[in-house]
Amino acid sequence: MSHNIYVYILVMAGVTYLIRMLPMALVKKEITSPYIKSFLYYVPYACLAAMTFPAILSATDSTVSATIGFVVAMIAAYKEKSLLTVALLACSAVFIAERLLPLLPGLM
Amino acid sequence: MKRESFKRGLRDGVPIALGYFAVSFTFGMMAVSGGLSIWQAVLISLTNLTSAGQFAGLDIILAAGSYWEMALTQLIINLRYCLMSFSLSQKLERNTALSHRCFVSFGITDEIFGISASQEGRVSPYYNYGAMCVAIPGWTLGTLAGAISGNLLPDFLVSALSVAIYGMFLAIIIPPAKTNRAVAGVVLGAMTVSSLFAVAPVLRNVSSGFVIIITTLLVAGIAAYISPIKEEQEEGYHES
Repeated sequence: MSHNIYVYILVMAGVTYLIRMLPMALVKKEITSPYIKSFLYYVPYACLAAMTFPAILSATDSTVSATIGFVVAMIAAYKEKSLLTVALLACSAVFIAERLLPLLPGLM
Repeated sequence: MKRESFKRGLRDGVPIALGYFAVSFTFGMMAVSGGLSIWQAVLISLTNLTSAGQFAGLDIILAAGSYWEMALTQLIINLRYCLMSFSLSQKLERNTALSHRCFVSFGITDEIFGISASQEGRVSPYYNYGAMCVAIPGWTLGTLAGAISGNLLPDFLVSALSVAIYGMFLAIIIPPAKTNRAVAGVVLGAMTVSSLFAVAPVLRNVSSGFVIIITTLLVAGIAAYISPIKEEQEEGYHES
């Protein structure tokens, strides 16, 4: 390999850090534009929702167990359980589903 | 106040660290099986602290791609952090010093951003430090464990653990969506748009980093136009 692995790592880490740091370091003033304020208010919801769905459906070994995990997480989140509780319930649901589903012929 | 914020960050960071462990475990396994040393795999996780970017970066290293390709790929995949950083710059306590901003920036990940954005009112840098204090070791040690042990963790556990992160995301976005119709619309809209990217011809070929950027810009942009927030909403993400 003609490329140095440590240069790769430096480039990766450098670019990633600058992306994270520059807006935070440069934008110190209070933003007054109602449009930009509203936009920034909605960014986390749009971003997290886009990352969750449909990616969650292919996160586990099978779409069926992932769907079960997704539904369980949605219900727990709707009931306003804490982050850890929702995460653990989703994991448990996938775990149990993957144990039980092979017993049902035709699903997996 | 600082100590309180720090402790709250630590507590909220625990589920993140657990989710990270599972994901970075896989990264460690893949990096070492691709020919990197354990130390190099761990170094990547410690300095990058990002999942999608690291997996893409690993592909480029193993394919001996150019440094430019590496830089551009990281820029595109991680551009969403730019939006998050911008958003968080407005959310941090006023007069937060530049040094704090530089340290907090290092820990802007999807999940840490998610929990700090969901705090009511302004957020203290110490809250982020608390979360980083568990999330960064979780991510780094997960990589170390994966790199050392290869297939120690059975497949079914990895499979179950990999939904942890998504469960956390849902726990962040669903409760406010119950009381705020605009937020509900944003969540539903973003899921629909990203699903479209997953199945529609042509759109399907767009890389996952771009999908998140495009979806976020589009949906948050439209929502801000249709339903601008009122003054009293600005201080907290939980208000309806």
